[in-house]
Amino acid sequence: MSFNIEERYNKMNKGEVLLGYKGSITAELITNVLGVVESKLDHVIDKSVTKKKIYNILVESLQNLYHHVDDLPDEVNESMDIHFGIFVISKIEDSYDIRTGNFIRTDKISKLKERLDKIKSLSKEELKELYKFVLNNQKFSDKGGGGLGLIDIARRTDGRVEYEFDDYDENYAFFSLNITI
Amino acid sequence: MESISIEGTPKTPTVNFDATTGIIEVKGRSIPENSIEFYRPLVEWLEEYSKEPQKLTTVNIQLEYFNTSSSKCILDVFKKLEAIKKARNEVVINWYYEEDDEDMLEAGEDYESIIRIPFKMIEVVD
Repeated sequence: MSFNIEERYNKMNKGEVLLGYKGSITAELITNVLGVVESKLDHVIDKSVTKKKIYNILVESLQNLYHHVDDLPDEVNESMDIHFGIFVISKIEDSYDIRTGNFIRTDKISKLKERLDKIKSLSKEELKELYKFVLNNQKFSDKGGGGLGLIDIARRTDGRVEYEFDDYDENYAFFSLNITI
Repeated sequence: MESISIEGTPKTPTVNFDATTGIIEVKGRSIPENSIEFYRPLVEWLEEYSKEPQKLTTVNIQLEYFNTSSSKCILDVFKKLEAIKKARNEVVINWYYEEDDEDMLEAGEDYESIIRIPFKMIEVVD
């Protein structure tokens, strides 16, 4: 059975959902979402440090999404908005989950997968060293992070990052990222 | 030399660079999608300032949040300060972090280990 976006979105909407969205990922949207989530977090979490951690990871994951969404070509895209992406922020028992999803060109998968597997395999100390190395040595694209975003997220969550690729067609797949805080 | 005085927004920090006092301050949050644009004039200002710096330059960094897009730009700021120090001027860097915010303390330590100027870590208690 082929990949279905509605099913995926519904699957992502588990736990006590603070905010869920599917549609165009724009800079304005992210600004608004950050504002809304920040005030929601103020109500539900007392501990300032926890709130900051969640907010920080949210900024990184949404900006990653914003920078890396691949658009489906018009001929295969029947109804999706441009820069289509989805994200869900929810509470499950004592932790918070941030889930994002976006289309990605199939030829980019192996590189991303390799990076994610590497980051997930590193210890806290190794992540710190990798972060510092990339920060100090890698030239950044105008997109910004130069790959620091995922390393930063892994550092802040002790590597609690899961991912999945679902085939969409021969050229595109859907990339889902699940971060647990 | 003109001072820089920029008021903070939800995505960009409050900035005060004063060449006559040698006090350089960045406060608030730095989470723009593209940071290069925001930081370029600051780095250029420091380049100019480094030609005739004060004997003592005091740097106060008090960030609540910063994203990875800003982190490289902040390093560029520190590298300019490192050059000022290398030219035998005194540079004091105060890195403020909120009580218990280990991530922010660690971020300061990361920079400190890259640029070779000792940081003064200052915990801010409410």
